[in-house]
Amino acid sequence: MRWAKTSSKIQEADMTPMIDMVFQLIAFFMVVINFSEADQNQRIHLPSSELAKPPDAPLESPITINVISEEIAILGAQEVPIAGLTRLLTLEHQVLVRKGEGKAREATIIIRADGSTEHGVVQQVIQICQQVGFEKFALRAKQQELVTTRLTDT
Amino acid sequence: MRIRNAAQSEETSGLQMTSMIDVVFLLLVFFLLTFKIVAPEGDFNVKMPAQAAARGLPDPSAIPPIKVRITATPTGRIASIRFADVSVPNLADLRKRIRGVVGDAPGPGALESTEVEFDCDYNLRYEYVIQAITAVSGYIEGGRVVKLVEKIKFTPPRRPD
Repeated sequence: MRWAKTSSKIQEADMTPMIDMVFQLIAFFMVVINFSEADQNQRIHLPSSELAKPPDAPLESPITINVISEEIAILGAQEVPIAGLTRLLTLEHQVLVRKGEGKAREATIIIRADGSTEHGVVQQVIQICQQVGFEKFALRAKQQELVTTRLTDT
Repeated sequence: MRIRNAAQSEETSGLQMTSMIDVVFLLLVFFLLTFKIVAPEGDFNVKMPAQAAARGLPDPSAIPPIKVRITATPTGRIASIRFADVSVPNLADLRKRIRGVVGDAPGPGALESTEVEFDCDYNLRYEYVIQAITAVSGYIEGGRVVKLVEKIKFTPPRRPD
């Protein structure tokens, strides 16, 4: 009877280790979470390359163009035909020119094209950007460790 | 009031943690659901000013770019590779030839001034273009990246006939 009385006194379990663990988990997921996915369209299967290392410094005023197929590209949140990119890019260019001297020339166009699209389409996109006035391009690829074996059997 | 409160807090041995744990678990569930492993992405930098600017007087000190011509099969695979005017069997061999031109010597040298111009068929699949760029721009040796050519450009698109 006596021990039953003492056990009723301890009402709560010790939660300290559990809370410790939960905080550790939260910290882990917070660090790992990737918000830059916003401009990474999941419909695109990027080509992979062993040398595609994430850049050390963020790019200068980046503009991402997702090339989904032979006809369609995504700029910002808008899905447009490739030919319709000119209008949108001209607007972007004007905004950058207004922001300051040299900003437009320093701006980088990030091209995320699907691995199975034709190279000519990517060239067309680059050509449109050049006509608008952009000069720097970054071709995006997925980082992969071993492509060397595949290089030989093409 | 004060005295009563003090007496109460003495009774409950710890802090009231229920609400905090509720919120913490909500946070945990949020991060668990939004968690997705994404392969890191990297860039190949290509600097290509508009054609009109390039059409002016050519810079006399500039070395003309090495031309790499890649033709495609009807399905978009690589049919043939030509490095300058020499036929090359595959991309690994193309890399060997680039190494021969650029040289592996550290420090400034041919590395910075060499430019490669890709002239690919319209229907060549983009992934092979990226493979070709990979072959030209460097290789990995002992876990370290050795850079070869950093300046890459493309010819204007070849329209399919």
